[in-house]
Amino acid sequence: MSPRAENTVTPRAEGTVSVRAASTVIQRGGGALVVLAVLAVFPLAVSNATVTTIAVDTLIFAAAAVAWNIFSGYSGYISLGHAVFFGAGAYTVGIAARAWHLNGDPVFALLPLAGGVAAALSVPLGLIALRVRRHTFVVITIAFFFIAQLTATNLSWTGGSSGILAPSPNWAAATFNDPFYYIALALLVATTAASWLIRRSRFGLQLRAIRDDEDRAAGLGVRPMPVKLAAFVISAIVTGMAGGLWFYFIGQAIPQFAFDPLFDLSVVVMAFFGGLGTLSGPLLGALIIEPAQQWLTLQYTNEYLSEILLGALFLAVILGLPRGVIPTAAERIAALRARRRRAPAREAVPQAEQAGQPGRAGQAAP
Amino acid sequence: MTALLRAEGVAKAFGGVQALQDCTVEVEQGTIAGLIGPNGSGKTTLFNIMTGYERVDSGDVYLGDKKITNRPPQRVFALGIGRTFQLTRIFPRLTVLENMLIAAQHGGGRARNPLAKAGGNAERRRAIELLEFTGIADHAAALADTLSYGQRKLLELSYVLVADPAIVLLDEPAGGVNPSLIQHLAGRIRELNEAGKTFLIVEHNMDFVMSLCGHVTVLDYGTVVASGTPAIIRSDPRVLDAYLGITEEDDDASPG
Repeated sequence: MSPRAENTVTPRAEGTVSVRAASTVIQRGGGALVVLAVLAVFPLAVSNATVTTIAVDTLIFAAAAVAWNIFSGYSGYISLGHAVFFGAGAYTVGIAARAWHLNGDPVFALLPLAGGVAAALSVPLGLIALRVRRHTFVVITIAFFFIAQLTATNLSWTGGSSGILAPSPNWAAATFNDPFYYIALALLVATTAASWLIRRSRFGLQLRAIRDDEDRAAGLGVRPMPVKLAAFVISAIVTGMAGGLWFYFIGQAIPQFAFDPLFDLSVVVMAFFGGLGTLSGPLLGALIIEPAQQWLTLQYTNEYLSEILLGALFLAVILGLPRGVIPTAAERIAALRARRRRAPAREAVPQAEQAGQPGRAGQAAP
Repeated sequence: MTALLRAEGVAKAFGGVQALQDCTVEVEQGTIAGLIGPNGSGKTTLFNIMTGYERVDSGDVYLGDKKITNRPPQRVFALGIGRTFQLTRIFPRLTVLENMLIAAQHGGGRARNPLAKAGGNAERRRAIELLEFTGIADHAAALADTLSYGQRKLLELSYVLVADPAIVLLDEPAGGVNPSLIQHLAGRIRELNEAGKTFLIVEHNMDFVMSLCGHVTVLDYGTVVASGTPAIIRSDPRVLDAYLGITEEDDDASPG
């Protein structure tokens, strides 16, 4: 009899859950549309070049942070070597544009190539690094980073330590940033969509299972290596495209800025600040941290101030909000709602307890 | 009749410690078999070998007629051996339902679209049914992290059952679980067994083992010292010796 008693209870509970889930999906979808609409009209409303420059930079970093999160956030493998793909994308666009004498809009067509080169690099690097876990993995990705930077410095076709110049399009000064802005926005939207699609998918579930207990997931039929590698490559493609776009926007790539340890630190802080492994966390982190960093750099001549503050912020997040803003806020809201629900239901509880006690004992007996 | 699961002459050493030697254990189709023995007698090592988490030094493991010695865990699982762990291994930052869907993925081959939403309607329905069966369906949407210890044990059993394995290996399912939940668990295992599921259970709780299992094997220092029905095992002097170190006339062989 007891299984039937359970059956009458659970469908109702399940129904409530799905209704609540549906309403949050609508809320979130609506929120995303509002954000997108604001971002789409932003360059029309704001013509100040300083502001739009910061905006383009922010969108590029947001795409990179979301891409980093697709791999590191979902799988739990913290990569500090994504600057390799960022720099590879930058150099790819630079070298290809120089070789094929491209300028203006056609340079944007090189972005898929930048992603392709990053992907081609990420496969061997992933096959090596993904054999180890946790701290060892982090150290290996840092090693890759240094190898990439040293290589770029020492090869002739990368321009050595003086790097490579980007083509400078002769667009009108007033709307110069607009093409960069919309390409960056498109990249960010596509990356966020991919992140959403992956998170809810079979693939994403396998990634998150690997994050929680890789060996156990393997024991349940998940094949960790292909799953991890696929996420690593997807993440690298977007990072490479972001790097290519950044290069064209900034105008040049030199080894220590194309392969910049601060790039890795920045995307990590953005993701941790917003919420590692969440969909919107890295986005939120990037939209707050990158403008703040840029603004500080412009406001104060001491260029290290923003870096010191970035480090301080990282410490503050790890100590105060180890799980990030989004999960902590979601938890607070859920707790608040639960408390509000519980308050009116309290009168019914004593009865339910009395009725529940013998039922539970009966259910326990075999 | 051939056994459904058979470890034959298995030996395994960790450095100088001989965890198992010439160990032969059989589980007949459709039974609930028990595996008992003092701490360090090699029970979990045998489980690990049977499920591919450890490699044998010598000996073989068979599932039916198929030799599965040293197959990796995911292959063993796909072949139909599910297991739970002594220290429960759930996925704490996934919801209870998501935990259930991980194991549901192994069927269906590679042709599936990896970007399709995790868990189709049929998979979800089946997962909820199993959670209802084990009694934790109310927590389906909660993070697994929020479950109590006993509920985690139930979740681990549930998600192993999702893949519908031919045999389920339970490593100390009753350890650290409150008495009413132990009864609940025993009832579920018995019900599954009546429906045809085979079990091999490692457990220190003698009441649990003796009331549930039709056949009990006793390990000590990595070898089988006794094997038979609970009634035979209860009165076997070698079992008492294994547990107590000395042969006494106590009829209750509870571990210390």
